[in-house]
Amino acid sequence: MSALLEVREASVSYPRFGEKGGRFTAFEGVDLALKAGEIVGLVGESGSGKSSLGRAILGLVPLAAGEIHWRGARIDALPRSAFRRLRRELQLVFQDPQASLDPRMTIAESVAEPLRVLAPEESVASRATRVAAILGEVGLATELAGRYPHQLSGGQLQRAAIARALIVDPRFIVCDEPVSALDVSVQGQIVNLLSRIRRERGLACLFISHNLAVVTRLAERVFVMYRGRIVESGARAAILGSPRHPYTRLLLDSVPAVDPASARRLVARAVPAIDEAAGSPVHGCPFAARCPYVLPRCHSELPALRNLEGGGAVACHRAAEWPAGLPPAAPA
Amino acid sequence: MSALLEVRGLTVDFTGERSVRAVDGVDFSVAPHERLAIVGESGSGKSQLLLACTGLLAANGRSGGSVRFDGRELLGDPRATGMARGPGIGFVFQDASGSLTPHRPVGDQLAEVTMAASGVPKRAALDEAAAMLGRVRLPEAGRLLTRYPHELSGGMRQRVAIALALMAKPRILFADEPTTALDVTVQSEVMTLLDSLCREFGMALLIVTHDLGVVAALADRIAVMYAGRFVEAGESEALLSNPRHPYTAGLLAAVPRLGDRGELATIPGTPPRPGEIIQGCRFEPRCPRRTDRCRTEDPALAGQPMPGVACHFPRAPGDLP
Amino acid sequence: MSSSLWDAARAALVRDRLAMACTAMLVLLLLAALFGPLLLDFREDEIDWAHMAVPPFEAPGHWLGTDRLGRDLLVRTLHGLRVSLAIALAATIVSLVIGVAWGAIAGFRRGRTDALMMRFVDVLYSLPQVFFVIILTVVFGRGPFTILVAIGAFGWLTMARIVRGQALALREREFIEAAIVGGAGPARIVARHVVPNLLGPVIVFSTLTLPQVILVESFLSFLGIGIQEPLASLGNLIADGAAEMETAPWMLAVPAACLMLVVFCFNFLGDSLRDALDPRDR
Repeated sequence: MSALLEVREASVSYPRFGEKGGRFTAFEGVDLALKAGEIVGLVGESGSGKSSLGRAILGLVPLAAGEIHWRGARIDALPRSAFRRLRRELQLVFQDPQASLDPRMTIAESVAEPLRVLAPEESVASRATRVAAILGEVGLATELAGRYPHQLSGGQLQRAAIARALIVDPRFIVCDEPVSALDVSVQGQIVNLLSRIRRERGLACLFISHNLAVVTRLAERVFVMYRGRIVESGARAAILGSPRHPYTRLLLDSVPAVDPASARRLVARAVPAIDEAAGSPVHGCPFAARCPYVLPRCHSELPALRNLEGGGAVACHRAAEWPAGLPPAAPA
Repeated sequence: MSALLEVRGLTVDFTGERSVRAVDGVDFSVAPHERLAIVGESGSGKSQLLLACTGLLAANGRSGGSVRFDGRELLGDPRATGMARGPGIGFVFQDASGSLTPHRPVGDQLAEVTMAASGVPKRAALDEAAAMLGRVRLPEAGRLLTRYPHELSGGMRQRVAIALALMAKPRILFADEPTTALDVTVQSEVMTLLDSLCREFGMALLIVTHDLGVVAALADRIAVMYAGRFVEAGESEALLSNPRHPYTAGLLAAVPRLGDRGELATIPGTPPRPGEIIQGCRFEPRCPRRTDRCRTEDPALAGQPMPGVACHFPRAPGDLP
Repeated sequence: MSSSLWDAARAALVRDRLAMACTAMLVLLLLAALFGPLLLDFREDEIDWAHMAVPPFEAPGHWLGTDRLGRDLLVRTLHGLRVSLAIALAATIVSLVIGVAWGAIAGFRRGRTDALMMRFVDVLYSLPQVFFVIILTVVFGRGPFTILVAIGAFGWLTMARIVRGQALALREREFIEAAIVGGAGPARIVARHVVPNLLGPVIVFSTLTLPQVILVESFLSFLGIGIQEPLASLGNLIADGAAEMETAPWMLAVPAACLMLVVFCFNFLGDSLRDALDPRDR
C-alpha cells in the first residue's frame, strides 16, 4: 500500500533575531511516511523540532528544503489559498487548549468554524446537527456548547479542540502534545478518546509527545528526534526493548517511575551531564556533548541515519556495537 | 525535636466578585532535614499554599491560620516576604524567570544576595557565586557569571535559580514545581541535584508538585491535596505502595507506565473549581467507591495530620479500585 | 449560564463605584445637553436687554447668569456642550473605524504591507497638526465640519499604532494558527478573530481619546479657528469668558467647569474600563 503522507529530506529554518543573525534550523534531513489508518509516534524534547515538523506538514511554516507529498501530490510549495482545499483532509490538535481556542467565541462557534469555512454550502441546520453530533462523540455535554473557553476545564477544552479538528472528517491528524498541558488524572481520558476515535474512523495520525510511555502505548512505529534530526526509528517493541541510540536509552531511563524503589534508583544513577545552551552551533552528532558513549569522532562527524535489518533506523557511529540494544544505565 | 516549619489551619481566600477559598484549612509540619512533598493537580490550591507561607500571594489574596518558621509567625508579618530570600527560607519557582531578572548578568544577581545578607564586598560575593554555581554542577562557573539568563538553556537556568536560593544558606527550601517546565531528560538531573544539595547543606525541603515521579524520588513524607484540603498524608513509601484514599490510588494508576498497552487508567470527571460549594466529600462525584453517605457527610482527615486519610471507606492493601 | 469576557468586565465595572458615578454624571450631562435647553426659558442666541452681564442667581430665570450680550449662560453652555460632544463623538468614531482597520491589517499582514502602511502613519504623524488645521480652515472655511475633518485626519494615527501593536501580538497566538488550519482566510481571521480580541484596548483608548478631542476642539475654538459665533462651543465660550475674567468671572467659570467635569469623568471611566477589561486574576 502506498504512503498517504510522505516527508522527504525536509528541513525548516527560521530567521534568528538578535546579534547572531543568520537562521536557526528547527529540523533537517527528515524522512517520514505514513500509511492510511496508521498511527506513528514522534518523540522529542524542546529543541527537537517535532512541533515544527507538525506545523510544516500542515502548511503553517514553509520548508527550507525537501518535499512533502500527500496522496502522491506535492503540497509543501502550495500557496495558502490552494492549500485550503486540503484542510478538509489534514488537521491538527494543538498542545494548549486554552490558547488554541479563541477566547471571544463560544465552544459551538469554534467547533463549527472549519465547517462554515470549508463547507459553506451546508445549511445552518445541518451544521448545527453536525456540531451536536461531534460534541457527543468527544464526550462534551451539550450545555457546554454555549460557554466560553475560560469557563471550561483543560480536559473539556481539549475535547472541544479535538471536535473542531474532526468535524470536517479528515483523513489524517497531527496531535501535537495533546495531553502535556493537562492534569495526569485527565490525560488518560484524552488519550483514550483519541485512540478510540482514531480506530473508529480509521484516521492516520502523527502523535507528537515528549512522553515515551504515552507514545508507545498508542503507536506501532516510533521516531525519536533530537535537536532537529531523527536519531532513531523503529517498531514499538524494538524501541522499548532494544534501543540502539544513546538518547533513546536516556529517554527510556528518564520516564518518571512512581514506585519508590525504582524512583530512588533513578535519582541515584542520573547522568550528571549538562544540556547545552540554546542555539549553540552543532558540528558532528548533536548528542555528543551529553552522550555517555561518546568518541572523538562524534564531535566532528555527523552520523548518518542507517537502516537496520528488521526495519527501523539509527544515526549513531557506534550502533553496530550493541545489536541487542543498550542496557539501562547502571546505578551509580 | 521541634519542627522547623509548623502550619496550622492555613486558609487562603481570594476576594473579588465572589469570595473564593483556595486553601481550606491545612495542617502540616516539616522537621529539620526532612523532605515533605505536597502533591495536587490544578485547582487543588497547592501553589497558593506555598505562596501564602512566604507572603507572595496576589493582591486580592487573604491568608488565615498560622505559619511558624523556627518559632516565628510568618503570616501577617510584612517582613515575611524578605524571608523568601533572606536567612531561613529559600524559594525556587517553577520557571526560573520567576527568580531571575532578565536584564542583569547571572553573577550579579547571585552576588547581590550575599552582599545584602552579610555586607561582603562585590569581589568576594562574586567568588562565592562562582563557588555556588560549581556546587549546582554547572561547568565553567567563571564564564557563566557574566551571562544573561536568556543565554542559558532551561535546565541551566533552573540550576542558577537553585543556586540563587541557596546563596543565603537557607534551612529550608520551598520549591514550586521545580521540574515541571524542564525537559524530561533534564528533570532527573535536577532531581538528583536537589537530593544531594539537601543532604550537603542539611536543608529541609518542602516541594509542591503534580509530578508523582518527583515525589517518589525525593520525598520522605507526602501530603495529597484535593480541592483545597489534604485528603491523605503519610510516609512516602507506605503511601505510594498502598494508597488509602481513592484519589491517591487513581492518581498513581493514571501515571503512564512504559510498556503498558491498552487504555490508560483515568479518573472520570474534573476537579471542582476553586470556590465551588460542595456538600459532603469533595471527591465523591469522581470516586469509584462512593456511597450515599459520601454525598452528605464530609470526611475529616482522620488520624493526626500525618499519617491520615480523609475518607469514609479508605482502601485496604490489595483493594480494587 | 454562559458569561463571555464582556459580561465579566461589565460585572467588574459595575462594582467600581467611581466608574459608576462618572458614568452617571456623563449620562446626566448628555441628557442636559440634549434636553436641557428645552426646559429653560431662554434660547441660546436670545438677548435679554434687561439683564446684561448679570452674575448667577441674581436675575430671574438666568440660573447661571448672562454674558456681555445678555444671553443666558446656562443655555449657551449646554449648547456648547452639545456641540463639543457631537464633534468629539464623530471624530472618535472616524478615528476608530479608520485606525482599527488600518492597524489590524498592517499588524496581521506584517512584512512589506505593514512597513508601508506604518511609514505612511509616521509621515502623517510628523506633520504639525495646527498648521494643517489652519490650512484646512482657509480652504474650507471655519465651522464644525472643518474641525471634524481636521481632528479626524490625525486622530486615527495613534489608534492605528496601538491596534497594529495588538494585532502583531495576537497574530502569534495559537488560536490564529488554529483558525488557519481550520481553513479560514486572512479576511475572516482579521474580522472574526483579530478585531474582537483587540476591542478591549481599543475601547479603553477611545474613552481616553474623547476628552482629548474635546480639549483640542476647545483649544482651536479658543484660538478662533474652530466653532464660530453665534454657534457656541465650550472652547469659544471659554475664550469669551477669559476676556471678561476680571469683571464677569462667571462667564469663564461656568463653561470651564463644565469642560473640566466632562474631561474628568471620561478619564476616570477610561481608567476603570481598562482595569475591568484586564483579563488578569480570573
